[in-house]
Amino acid sequence: MFRLLEDDRGRMESTVTIEIDGYPVIARIGETVASALLREGASWSRTTPVSGARRAPYCMMGVCFECLMLVEGEGLVRACQTPVRDGLKVERQMGPRKVGPSC
Amino acid sequence: MLKPDLLIVGAGPAGMSAAIVAARAGLKVVVVDEQPTPGGQIWRGVEANAGTSRGRALGAQYCSGLATVRAFRECGAVYWPSTRVWQIEPTLGTYVTGPGGTRVITPRLVLIATGAQERPAPLRGWTLAGVMTVGAAQILLKNPGSVPSEAVWIAGCGPLALLYAHQLVRMGGAVAGFLDTRPSTPLRESLRLAGRAVLRSSGELAKGASWYAELRHRAGRYVPGVVDLQALGTDRLEGVRYRTAAGRVEEIRTSLLLIHEGVLPELHTVRSLGCEIQWDAGQAAYRPVLNEWGECSHPDILIAGDAAGIGGAEAAVHRGRLSALRILQRLGKVAAEPGMTEENCRTALARALALRPFLDRVFRPRGEIFAPDDDTIVCRCEELRVRDLRAALAGSVGPNQLKAFTRAGMGPCQGRQCGLTVAALIAAAEGRQMSDVQPFRVRPPLKPVRLCDLAGLADEGLSS
Ligand SMILES: Cc1cc2nc3c(=O)[nH]c(=O)nc-3n(C[C@H](O)[C@@H](O)[C@H](O)COP(=O)(O)OP(=O)(O)OC[C@H]3O[C@@H](n4cnc5c(N)ncnc54)[C@H](O)[C@@H]3O)c2cc1C
Ligand code: FES
Repeated sequence: MFRLLEDDRGRMESTVTIEIDGYPVIARIGETVASALLREGASWSRTTPVSGARRAPYCMMGVCFECLMLVEGEGLVRACQTPVRDGLKVERQMGPRKVGPSC
Repeated sequence: MLKPDLLIVGAGPAGMSAAIVAARAGLKVVVVDEQPTPGGQIWRGVEANAGTSRGRALGAQYCSGLATVRAFRECGAVYWPSTRVWQIEPTLGTYVTGPGGTRVITPRLVLIATGAQERPAPLRGWTLAGVMTVGAAQILLKNPGSVPSEAVWIAGCGPLALLYAHQLVRMGGAVAGFLDTRPSTPLRESLRLAGRAVLRSSGELAKGASWYAELRHRAGRYVPGVVDLQALGTDRLEGVRYRTAAGRVEEIRTSLLLIHEGVLPELHTVRSLGCEIQWDAGQAAYRPVLNEWGECSHPDILIAGDAAGIGGAEAAVHRGRLSALRILQRLGKVAAEPGMTEENCRTALARALALRPFLDRVFRPRGEIFAPDDDTIVCRCEELRVRDLRAALAGSVGPNQLKAFTRAGMGPCQGRQCGLTVAALIAAAEGRQMSDVQPFRVRPPLKPVRLCDLAGLADEGLSS
């Protein structure tokens, strides 16, 4: 849904590769998992526990909780508040998630 | 356990400005913010963007934040970025989690400068992937510098929607259409509210007018007086339907819709402490009850910036400084900067707020926002529609029973996206004013916290 600007700031930045559901995704250092996700064809982040509907990042500032994903196996993490780092493994969160994530 | 004189929550214009005054006067100040860099919403990422083409496209007001951020970095306050506050106890014990783990801070005074969030804009289909807020898109513009892949449709009302369209076009993006949901305002009434501020704020007014002119000129379409806005699609957004001021129903195809209906003070922190709030009819929002220093009903907590009531970034700076001056007074210190006096701050604040009644009137959200149709989802987390809540309300229950009966407001967002709509539905069902209805109670944790973070606290023998 979104594309990166090729401005002078962008050109100065280097990239890392994260993994979303096993697929490599190129991300700019300093951006969040959610902002990288929004450049993917399938930009949804989770399905709801109630009806299983797909949801995608909505507010990007941490107040809607639509971007909840599994980050390195830990559930209920807001992707819009999670900075990317090389090799980070992220999965879409399907339906309800048990509380008591791994630490 | 850290025991500073002052803990500031939020490193936006208000929090940073307060920190600078307080730390320069010799107070031990700790500033905590969830973002990785200082700047808050308006100046997000300014250190990286200022001086680049992106900074220039974001505009002069954006780049002007660099000076404040630099002064803040050098003022001597301890700054914890990427750190969220998830509980403040009435005794001021504050629990924060960040890169250093979970810690407890017990300051002598707390300044809440948590800013604003966008007003929930319930409309049919607003939960579909492909519907986002304008603020979200603007965050992407600042970092990492993303624009919608195709010319974008924007629907809404409020200065931020206009500012985003302006910044997007300057960055090389395009607006396919702007569905203006701003109700038409009698010009005479609005100008009367602006009063003498019109003369003093002519620059601001001219800027706003030029954004409108640019929008009418550059957007593929500009549609005024839009109502009955609906997002269409099954698995994701496919189109948008709306009614024009002339009563014609139109439909467009798009996979991305940005919506915006103004901003509201962040009240979760304040309300979790039981601090008093009141309905502000002019801003159609709840705000904390404060005195002229930003002191609230809790004796040792002050509130500044947009969290105190929407005033914009300039006002946030001056409110932050005023609260800091009060804190210095209470702790027996004086400001180090020569011009930093109560009088100067009040004059500057009054100037910054002069245009606000006019803006509040012109951009007052349309009634539909408070009374969506039966099919509209109100609580996004629990997927509750207006009809579900109206049915529960037929039994005449208050907000907290409604929550227990329906689970509204009990999902992960804790009512941040439904609280105001639910309060409005209760008011309507019971024939009461918003001022007589209290929104949901708020309980900690304010932000998600992992069990192991709590366990870590127990290890330190700090948990109570
Ligand atoms: C998405 C969005 C974009 C905006 N963009 C603009 C703009 O471009 N131009 C403009 O004029 N106005 C903008 N505004 C309006 C904004 O409210 C400004 O007026 C200004 O940023 C307010 O300053 P502040 O210091 O009160 O709060 P903010 O700048 O919002 O700063 C508050 C800070 O508190 C932090 N915070 C909140 N809760 C916690 C917590 N529990 N723990 C840790 N940290 C916390 C946040 O991370 C944030 O950095 C925007 C508002 C929003 C919601
Ligand atoms: S997108 Fe709203 S919380 Fe992350």
